[in-house]
Amino acid sequence: MSAAEPVPTIGLEVHMHLKTRTKMFCGCKVEYDVRPNSNVCPVCLGMPGVLPVMNGKALELAVRMALALGCTIPGLAKWDRKHYYYPDLPKNYQISEYDQPLGVKGHLDIETSQGPRRIGIIRVHLEEDAGKLMHAEGGGNYSVVDLNRTGTPLLEIVSEPDVHGAEEARVYAETLRQLAVYLGVGDCNMQLGQMRCEPNISLCIGADAQGKPRYTPISEIKNLNSFRSVERAVTFEIARHREEYEADPAGYTLEKQGKSTRGWRDDEGVSFLQRSKEEAHDYRYFPEPDLVPFVPDRQWVEEIRRTIPDLPEIRRRRLINDAGLSEYDAGVLTADRLIADYYEAFAEYVRDAKIAANWMMQDVMQILNDRKIAISEFPLTPQAFGDLVNLVASAVINRNTARDVVLPKMLATGKPAGEIVKEEGLAQTSDESAIEAIVDQVLAANAKIAEDYKGGKKAAFGRLMGESMKASGGKANPQVVKAILTRKLGG
Amino acid sequence: MAVTDLTACEIRKAIAERRLSAVEAAEGCLRAIGRLDPKIKAFLSTDPEGARRRAAEVDRRLAAGENVGLLAGIPVAVKDNMCTADGQPTTCASRILGGWRAPYDAHVVERLKAEGAVIVGKTNLDEFAMGSSTENSAYGATRNPWDLTRVPGGSSGGSAAAVAARLVPIALGSDTGGSIRQPAALCGVVGMKPTYGRVSRYGLVAFASSLDQIGPFGRTVADAALLLRATAGHDRRDSTSVREPVPDYLEGLEEPVRPLRIGVPREFFSAGIDPEVESVVREALAVYERLGAALVPIMLPHSTDYAIATYYIVATSEASSNLARYDGVHYGYRSSDHTDMIDMYMRSRAQGFGDEVKRRIMLGTYALSSGYYDAYYKKALAVRRLIRRDFEQAFAKVDCIMGPTSPTPAFRVGERTADPLAMYLSDVYTVSANLAAIAGISIPCGFTAGGLPIGLQIITDVFTEDRLLRIARMYERETGWTKRAPPIAEDAA
Amino acid sequence: MALSSKEVLKVGTLSRIRLTPEEVEKFSSQLSAILDYVDKLRELDTAGVEPLAHALPIHNVLRPDEPRPGLAPEQALGGAPQSEGDFFRVPRVLDEGASA
Repeated sequence: MSAAEPVPTIGLEVHMHLKTRTKMFCGCKVEYDVRPNSNVCPVCLGMPGVLPVMNGKALELAVRMALALGCTIPGLAKWDRKHYYYPDLPKNYQISEYDQPLGVKGHLDIETSQGPRRIGIIRVHLEEDAGKLMHAEGGGNYSVVDLNRTGTPLLEIVSEPDVHGAEEARVYAETLRQLAVYLGVGDCNMQLGQMRCEPNISLCIGADAQGKPRYTPISEIKNLNSFRSVERAVTFEIARHREEYEADPAGYTLEKQGKSTRGWRDDEGVSFLQRSKEEAHDYRYFPEPDLVPFVPDRQWVEEIRRTIPDLPEIRRRRLINDAGLSEYDAGVLTADRLIADYYEAFAEYVRDAKIAANWMMQDVMQILNDRKIAISEFPLTPQAFGDLVNLVASAVINRNTARDVVLPKMLATGKPAGEIVKEEGLAQTSDESAIEAIVDQVLAANAKIAEDYKGGKKAAFGRLMGESMKASGGKANPQVVKAILTRKLGG
Repeated sequence: MAVTDLTACEIRKAIAERRLSAVEAAEGCLRAIGRLDPKIKAFLSTDPEGARRRAAEVDRRLAAGENVGLLAGIPVAVKDNMCTADGQPTTCASRILGGWRAPYDAHVVERLKAEGAVIVGKTNLDEFAMGSSTENSAYGATRNPWDLTRVPGGSSGGSAAAVAARLVPIALGSDTGGSIRQPAALCGVVGMKPTYGRVSRYGLVAFASSLDQIGPFGRTVADAALLLRATAGHDRRDSTSVREPVPDYLEGLEEPVRPLRIGVPREFFSAGIDPEVESVVREALAVYERLGAALVPIMLPHSTDYAIATYYIVATSEASSNLARYDGVHYGYRSSDHTDMIDMYMRSRAQGFGDEVKRRIMLGTYALSSGYYDAYYKKALAVRRLIRRDFEQAFAKVDCIMGPTSPTPAFRVGERTADPLAMYLSDVYTVSANLAAIAGISIPCGFTAGGLPIGLQIITDVFTEDRLLRIARMYERETGWTKRAPPIAEDAA
Repeated sequence: MALSSKEVLKVGTLSRIRLTPEEVEKFSSQLSAILDYVDKLRELDTAGVEPLAHALPIHNVLRPDEPRPGLAPEQALGGAPQSEGDFFRVPRVLDEGASA
C-alpha cells in the first residue's frame, strides 16, 4: 500500500461577488474602478455606533446559486463574527456564517478531457468582502487602503476534496463561473477580483494500519487571478508535494505539519510560504448580535428553485442563444448527456458550434443509427473527428471528399484524417489557373448546356458544376470552381 | 420660580402656552450649567451657540403657528456615547476617539431634533459605558450633586447628575447592565431602561450589542415617559429594533394598574445590601400594599450572582469585539511611537484605552478564544436562557417585580476603584433585566439618614413600558421624593 | 482560575493591547479574580439548555438592494490620522497575509 502512487486530493474554496447593486450590509454601491473611498458610508467604514442590515437581494442570489448546486437550504442560517486585525477590515472582524450556513451538501458536475466528474460541495455561505490594502507607489515604507470593496457581498463555495488534478481544478472553477453567470448570480470576472479561487492541495499517500487514509500537509494557495493560474499553481503544488514527500516520507504528513497558506507568483510560476500551522488564526467566532438569523420561507425557496433551469436546459439554451442552433437541433444534442458532452468537446475543438452541429446531426447521428451504437462506442474521439472537420474548414479537402472518402476510411482503419488525405493524395486544389483550365475544358465539352444556362435555365449551372468537379476528380475547391464558372458564364 | 425648577412637561406646557420661550428655557439651563457644572462635571462638552440657535428656531416656528414636536423647546442632554454630527465631538469619555467628529447623528438624536428638543451638551460617562461610577472617564469623574465627595453612579453618571442638579430637565443615557437605573438611584432621579429593541441603537457606540439600550432620565415619571415616547420606535437601520407600535406613554399615565401583583424576589434582598436601603425600599413596597397591591414572594434563582457572572462574560465578549475597531487606522487616536503596523495597533490601543476598558477587552477576548469558548461564552449563554426563564416564570404569577436598584447608596469617589470585582457587584440587581431583554425603571423612594438618595427598581415584561410607567406613577403620586432638590441646586438662579 | 503572566501577554497580543510588565502583573491578578468569580457558573447544570444568543425572537430583517447616499471621500478620510490623496495611509504591513 505504501508504494501506491500518491493521489492529488484537492478541495477548492471559491469566493464570488454577488451581482447586487449595493453592499451586503449597507446601501453603498458596488462598483469597480471608481475613485478610491468614494463608495463608503459610516456602516462599511466601521465607524462608532453603526449597525449592519442584510441585503435581501444578496440572500436571494445566494439561495439561487445554492439550489443550482443541489444544496439543501437549512431552516435557519445565522451570522457570526470572524475576528482578525487588518487595515482593510475596518471593524477588525468580518461578518460571515460559521456553523449554520445558507446551503449545505451539494455538487457540481463538470466535463473534463477524461470525461464527466461530480465534485461534491460541502457548503455555501455569505459574507462581506474586505477592502484593498496596497503598498505605496514608489516603494515608500507605508501602505494605503481603499475601502470601496469593503462590504461587497461575497458567496463562498467550499468543495469536498474531490478534485484530483490541475485540469479538473480549472474546469471546476470555470464551470462554477459559467453557472453563476448563467444564473445572473455573479459576473465572476477574475481580473476585476469578482471571483477568487483558493485550492487546498495535498496528496493521499496511502493508508495507515487501520485503513484510514494518510495525506501530505495541506497547502492553500492564494492570489490566483486567472483560471490558467489555478491550473498552473495546482500543477506546481502537486509536483512540490511529491518532491517534499519523497525527500521526507516520515515527516511530510498532515498529522505532523497541518495546513499552511501559500501565495502564488504567476510570473515566476512558483508558490511561497505565507503562514504555517503554528501561526493559524484564532478567529474567535461568535454569533453576530447586531443581525438576526435568516429563516428562509419554504415557499420562497421553492419559487426560486422553479426559476432555475437544470443543466441540460442550460446547455440547450446556450446552444440556441450563443451558437444559433435551432430548438430542434439543440434539443437532440442535449437530450443525451454523453452526446452533449461529445458535441461540446467537438465544438470547442473546431471552434464553431454551427458547423459542429451540422456534422453531429448529419454524420455522427447517422452513423450511430446505422450501426445501432451509442456515442460511447463511436470509434472517433471528438478531437479526431474535429481534425477531419478542420481539414474542410481550411479547404484542404472539400466536404464531399471528407464525408464520402476520408470519414469511412477513418472509421475503417482508425487512421487520422490528415494521414489518409496525404497517403491518398486527396487534398483538393484551389489553384485557380489549374481549375480555370478544367472549367474551360468542361465548357468546351458542354457548350449546349452553357447555352441553356445563358438562355435562362438556371439548373444548368448545377450540371456544369457537377461536370467540373468530376473532371477534377473531385479535388477542385468547389468555391473556386463556382467563382470561375460564374465569371466565365458572364453572370 | 427658576426655569430649571420646571419639569420637562411643565416647560413644554409653558412654551406651548407662550408663557415661556425656548430661548429662555435654554438660557436658564446654560446659566445653571455655567454656575454648577464646574463642581459637578456632568458635561464633557456644551454647545451654547448651537443651543441658542436651535431654541430661537423653535420660537420662530412656534410663532408661525407650526407644530414643532413633542419636545418643542425643551433643553436636553445626551450621553457622550451617542453620535452627534454638528459642532460637538463624540468621545465616549475615551482618548481613543481622539477628537473624532461623527459624520452622522444617532437615530435618537435625529428624533430629538425632529421633535424640537434643544440639545445643550454631551454628558460624561464611564469610558465606553464600562463602569458603575463614572470614575472611568478619561476626562475626570462626575460628582454626585447630593454629595460632591461621592460618585453619581455609572456609566450614565453625567446624564443622571445633570438632571438631578437641575442643569437640564431630561437627558438620554444608555443601559447595558444597569447604567441608567443605578445612577438614577444614586442621584435621586427617574431612569428607565426600555425593553431591548424598543429604542434604536443606530448611532449608540456599541459596548455590548445584545444588552445595550438607550433610555430616558427625568426628575419625574412623566418626564421619562415623554422622552421615551419621543425616542422609541422602529428604525430600519437597526436590525434589532422592533416594529411594535409606540403607545402614547403620557396618555393614561395617571391610571393605576389594578389589580397589581408585585413579585418580591428574596434574591434582591440578600447579603451585601445596605440596611438603610433595605428598610427604605420595604417601606416603598408597603406604600404599594396600601394602594391595594399584593406582594408575592418569588424566586429568581439565577438572576443575581449568576447573572453578574453571566454578564461579565457575555458583555465583555461582545465588547472585546465591538472595540476591536479602535485601532488608529481610519479614525481616532494613533500612537506616534510605533515601529510597524502591528505595533501601531498595540500602542494606539494601549495609550488610548483606560484600565477598565483594557480589562474588559482582555476578559472578553479570553472568553471567546479557542479552547475557552465552550466553557465561558457558550456556558454563559445557556445560563442567560435560565435567567430568562426565571423571569418568564415570575411574570406568569406577577405583573411586576420590585426591589432595590442598588445594594448601597452612592459610595465615595475612589472607594471601589482598587477592586474591579467590588465595583461589578454594584450591578447585582440590574444586570438580569438586560440579560433577559426586559424593561426596568428606577424611581426615587427615599433617602438615607445622611441624605443620600435611594432608588426603587421596578421590572416588567417585554414591551410593557406603558404599564411600567403607570405602576411607577402610582408610587410617585403618593409620595413627594421627586420634588426634593439637592442643596447645591437650591442656590437661587 | 489563575491566569499566568504568559497567558495575560498572549491575551494582550490577541487583543492588540501592548502591556508593560507592571500591567501584566496587575491585570494578571485582577483578571484571575474575575475569572474565579465567573467560574461559579460551573455550579449550574446547563445540559440540554439551548444558548440564548439573540435577545429577541426576530428573524429576516432585510433591506432592498437600493443605493443610498454615503460619505464623500473628504468626509470618509476627514477623521483619518494619516491619509494620502484618496487613500488611508498606514505603516507598511510586513507579511502579505492577514494577521491573527
